[in-house]
Amino acid sequence: MSHAVTGLEHEHLDAETVGALVNPSPLDIARRDRFDRFRLEFHNFGIAIGAFGLGAAMAVMQSLSRADIDLPFRSEKMYYLSVTAHGVLLALVFTTFFIMGLGYLLARLGFGKLEWEGLAWASHWTAVFGSSMTALAILSGSSTVLYTFYPPLQAHWSFYVGATLLIVGSWGFCAVLLRTFIVWKKENPGVPTPLPAHGMVTSVIIWILATSGLAVEVVGMLIPWSLGLIDTVDPVVARTWFWWFGHPLTYFWLVPAYVVWYTIMPRHIGGRLFSDHLTRVVFVLFILFSTPVGFHHQFSDPGIDAKWKLLHTVTTYAVMFPSLVTAFTITASIELAGRLRGGRGLFGWLRKLPWKDPLFASVALAMVTFGVGGFGGAINAAFAMNTMVHNTAWIMGHFHLTVGTATALTFMGVSYWILPRLIGRELAFKPLATLQPYLWFLGMILFAVVNHVTGIMGMPRRVFSGQFQGSPVADQWQGLTVLSAHGGIVLFVSSLFFLLVILGTLMVGKKIEPPSFDFAIPVEGQPERAGLWDRFGLWTVVAVVLIVMAYAYPIAHLYGMERFGSVGFKPF
Amino acid sequence: MKVDIYERFWMWGATVMIVGFLTAIVIASVTQAVQPPSHMETIDPATVFTDSEFANPGVTIHDDGSVTVVVRSELYVFYPRTIRVPQGRPVTFRMTSPDVLHGFQIVGTNANATVVPGYVTEFMITFHEPGEKLIVCNEYCGLSHHLMQGTLIVEPAGAAAPSSTTEAETP
Repeated sequence: MSHAVTGLEHEHLDAETVGALVNPSPLDIARRDRFDRFRLEFHNFGIAIGAFGLGAAMAVMQSLSRADIDLPFRSEKMYYLSVTAHGVLLALVFTTFFIMGLGYLLARLGFGKLEWEGLAWASHWTAVFGSSMTALAILSGSSTVLYTFYPPLQAHWSFYVGATLLIVGSWGFCAVLLRTFIVWKKENPGVPTPLPAHGMVTSVIIWILATSGLAVEVVGMLIPWSLGLIDTVDPVVARTWFWWFGHPLTYFWLVPAYVVWYTIMPRHIGGRLFSDHLTRVVFVLFILFSTPVGFHHQFSDPGIDAKWKLLHTVTTYAVMFPSLVTAFTITASIELAGRLRGGRGLFGWLRKLPWKDPLFASVALAMVTFGVGGFGGAINAAFAMNTMVHNTAWIMGHFHLTVGTATALTFMGVSYWILPRLIGRELAFKPLATLQPYLWFLGMILFAVVNHVTGIMGMPRRVFSGQFQGSPVADQWQGLTVLSAHGGIVLFVSSLFFLLVILGTLMVGKKIEPPSFDFAIPVEGQPERAGLWDRFGLWTVVAVVLIVMAYAYPIAHLYGMERFGSVGFKPF
Repeated sequence: MKVDIYERFWMWGATVMIVGFLTAIVIASVTQAVQPPSHMETIDPATVFTDSEFANPGVTIHDDGSVTVVVRSELYVFYPRTIRVPQGRPVTFRMTSPDVLHGFQIVGTNANATVVPGYVTEFMITFHEPGEKLIVCNEYCGLSHHLMQGTLIVEPAGAAAPSSTTEAETP
């Protein structure tokens, strides 16, 4: 039949493929239909995982440099440049795109359809364009300001504009999810929000509250300043707006991971969700308490009264409560699964759990890690104790346990669950996928736990070298930095395994009927009517009131002081 | 709302723990004035090098025995490079920066503050043990950030007072 088709490409197609094109099998049709339905999600996950690969590759060099292990191309410029790139690519680009993919997926499944899908695509490309602009600004060496970009360090304007476009793209995502939610609610009055979508709407509300502060800093101050339209900015005012954003940002990372723990993992291992009600309570508490807490990142700053810092300490401790409830509910859900799988006795259920399943192993290890990270966070937030750990290696250890494991390992684990369902292929290289979460856990124990120790000993974070010209104090942490470098290498191997499994699945994974997306069923059954904890409008209003109470006076006071701005500096 | 009895216990336990932590923090803060550096004073960063206080940073011992240390943190040096203070006396640190943010951390103590251009950072601390301490910058300030360091020497209480009342060092 070659004469029927013109074009060279046809010569490369074998008879079987041609047959499949002309007369596709039911399997092919099912796989293609599934992929077509979730193309938007696939693109968002793809960018996220690409950014993860780039960011992880930079990290290994940094951990070696801190241990003063000499590498080719090791230089101060490369080190601080790559710390900036690592932070931006992983903490901002990887997380935001992954959460957008997960949000579209869970909203589409929960609400049955997505509204405004055109806006979702436009937002996707806006965010891709913005992220690329920021990445280029960093790689060109003109913007080595780290991912916290505190002025008066001044980056190239394209660094700030690119980051803004990433955020604008994420606002498009928020608009799509909220619109879909509102339309669904009108069509289904009184029906409780499907739980996975409830969690993602929570994340979206947190993100809108958070990024409002960032917009004031970046659009109102840093962009005009970097373009030379204004001469000076006030660093404390900028930091205040930054941390208005910076802490709820961590809950924007965490809540989607919790959604996986609550709604996907229990069903996947054959269990039930222990409590639907408390899950909704937990999500709503995050809306309330994730934003009015930012001063616990500015304890050591001048210009903010200690009384207001103490108030933010109280709200920060309040936000521990939903995480402690989560620890119980998820553990109980896992125990239920172990017993349904035939486990008996006080701990016998543990042995019946599917420890070789990469999603389960990822979530279980992420939870253990988050337990440690969470209590570390209580120390960071402890008003006066913070002074022992502020800006030391401890902090770096802390957020590698929290966002770097609780969130990132959960996202990797759930990728193993999502990808076969998106493209209709079995996971490739399964032994690598089985091993990968354990390697990540081991790497983090070495890397992050050791950094907690060196931090307590006084080693600062973000240093090219930890020697301090042979100071005797610095000698004490030298051996430990080498240990943490070993952790960095193990983490890098784990990242490679993850990327290999993802690429292998895409290219050579066995074609299968795409499995269905099933979500955990609560022990008490699905709730029948929407209740207090589904009233997002009400809770958002309460959250705004709390934010105003926490921030209105100190910000007004700052703006009212006689202040002197700073011109930009580029010592890089 | 129906909540499992064990989960109720857990939630009460969590509440008690959180309230306990907060009570400890608030009591220490109110009764012993334990609080992070939160001084409210501004200064024009363009005038730091001509300012009467920060143009000549150094250690001053007051008549009542208290000590003031003025430090200028700049890319990539703390002035004075070596700070000598007596043991067992309240020491007030006053700091600012003419350029970018810096961190001022005396390793092995709980002196740890952010130095911000446009603001004066001030905190008080007493050093109970004599000896030499490393001061590091813990806020990224540029490509030689890891080389920005200083020395604090706590002189034993019995020793003679530091050589001069004002120990200024000019670059």
